[in-house]
Amino acid sequence: MTTALEARNLVKEYPGVLAVDGVSFSVREGICFGLLGPNGAGKTTTVEIIEGVTPATSGEVYYYGEIAGRRFREEAGIQFQNTALQDHITVRETIEMFRTLYARQANFDDIVEQCSLSDLLDRDNRKLSGGQRQRLLLAVALVNRPRLIFLDEPTTGLDPQARRNFWDLVQSIRAQGSTIVLTTHYMDEAEVLCDEIAIMDSGKIVSQGSPEDLLRQQYDGLIIQLPLSALTDDLSGIQHTVHENLGIIEVVTTDVSASLQQLTPHVSNLNQIKIRQPNLEDLFLDLTGHTLRA
Amino acid sequence: MLQRIYAIFMSRNREFVRDRSTLAWNLMLPVVLMFGLSFAFGGDRDAYTVGVLQQADEINPDSHPFLQTRYIRFVAYADQDLALQKVARHQLDLLVELGETPRYWINPESPKGYFAEIALMQSGAPPHSVLDKQQVSGSEVRYADWVLPGILGMNMMFSCLFGVGYVIVRYRKNGFLKRLSATPLSSFEFIVAQVASRLVLILLVTTFIYAGTHLILDTTMEGNYFTLFLVAVVGAVSLVSVGLLISARVTSEELAGGLLNLVNWPMMLLSGVWFSLEGAGPLVQQAAKLFPLTHVLDAARAVMLDGATLAEIAPSLLSLVLISAVFLTVGARIFRWSAD
Repeated sequence: MTTALEARNLVKEYPGVLAVDGVSFSVREGICFGLLGPNGAGKTTTVEIIEGVTPATSGEVYYYGEIAGRRFREEAGIQFQNTALQDHITVRETIEMFRTLYARQANFDDIVEQCSLSDLLDRDNRKLSGGQRQRLLLAVALVNRPRLIFLDEPTTGLDPQARRNFWDLVQSIRAQGSTIVLTTHYMDEAEVLCDEIAIMDSGKIVSQGSPEDLLRQQYDGLIIQLPLSALTDDLSGIQHTVHENLGIIEVVTTDVSASLQQLTPHVSNLNQIKIRQPNLEDLFLDLTGHTLRA
Repeated sequence: MLQRIYAIFMSRNREFVRDRSTLAWNLMLPVVLMFGLSFAFGGDRDAYTVGVLQQADEINPDSHPFLQTRYIRFVAYADQDLALQKVARHQLDLLVELGETPRYWINPESPKGYFAEIALMQSGAPPHSVLDKQQVSGSEVRYADWVLPGILGMNMMFSCLFGVGYVIVRYRKNGFLKRLSATPLSSFEFIVAQVASRLVLILLVTTFIYAGTHLILDTTMEGNYFTLFLVAVVGAVSLVSVGLLISARVTSEELAGGLLNLVNWPMMLLSGVWFSLEGAGPLVQQAAKLFPLTHVLDAARAVMLDGATLAEIAPSLLSLVLISAVFLTVGARIFRWSAD
């Protein structure tokens, strides 16, 4: 399969801080690639180096095998984490203005329909809600029919319904064949949208692959969860991997029945026990030692 | 390229025109200045003002031939000390007491007092003397005529420096510039669009104020309107280029404000907005030539007051074109899109 994007050994050094420390990855054409990590992990700096808006200290970015340059700028669509738009300008005018900046232009009506902006076209940018604004910023990222789209924490600050609507939108864009690079610190988002992920921490990629592969490599079995308050003693003698986080005890096991039998004498109230599949949040916790929202 | 410049140009124009408060300020300030000027310098002003020391409020012109002199406004004063203070401060050209033994007071430093004294002597008041009369020809230049280009230039300077410099720093700070940098738009295209947008706006506003002032105050216009318009165009481009250069890298609005004022104030004081620099030291006059506003005002006054032709103001225009070319080139080269 064709490689749409490749980052080779990216380094970004600010005075006294190594924000990006030798990051390399490649993104196959047509997939949704997720760059995950806590705030300050270096994921935004990494994508901004790739987008060409932040100069790297060293390293290269390749777009379809060429050093990313003019063609990349013409064909990439970008949604930044924080973008102010001009005041007193309407949604229609904003889309039109950005569209005019490209030689390769998407059909205006198609973008408007895709991003559900038909009813908002004459509204001032300042009067949009969080979800509407994100849809406009996505529309702006689509004005050049991009082959590669960058979405930097697109659903931060949105309510659950707006987030889900946005996910549908991203999936519809992907279905049209565009490659997507998504940065997020929401694990559910990455699980829903991403085919491949790279987890970053302290400027480095600590793990990379498809979510299923990563979870399979890291975990063998299920997780039994119970509140610390439900225990009658300290669980000494239990043979499994045990974590404690925020008052919750987690036991990783391949044999749920045997583990439950072992745990039962130590638990005051069995109704409080939960059994679940390991998820990306668990993976991150195990890989980096701190939570994703840290 | 033109398509991209046009898109940014129109977007900036829309933003400006729809921002009611900024638009109102840009139109109000010059109108207020214009009315302030017409109030201060308009109307029929007496050429001379002479105080008459007497108890009555009304002055009887028949009581003395001097009081019938044309172009002198006579004001009655009962308080001698107050009237003498006004003579000392040049607020009165002369103070007379036309009683049985007529007396008058004059400030020897006052040029208008000198002529008022001659008028007094010729009117038959003592002491009599034969005066040698000198013919002086040439039209009078009122302060209003002289200061009008200064006020228009100052308004243009504010609008160009702050309207461009501040806006670019705001765009940079809030990330709008960063968003534009991720498109095929070049810094040169962005800068050309900003210059063009401000140029159109400032020319409209300046033309509007000039036309209004010209109608109300009947200001002098000895030269050609097209030449004056050319001075305005070249002058505005040079002032916008100063704003662009200052804002090319700055990321803080406070710092931008400070830097813009750092340029603003010396130009306002040393470019000859309010008073002529003819009496200033040679060092100050040389320093003033570094400011675009000095050349704008020199050229505008030459056209308006002396009827200078395009060829005569060519050196000033050339200086402005050079300043613009250097500042715009450096500005585009060091231009920074992102605040990081």
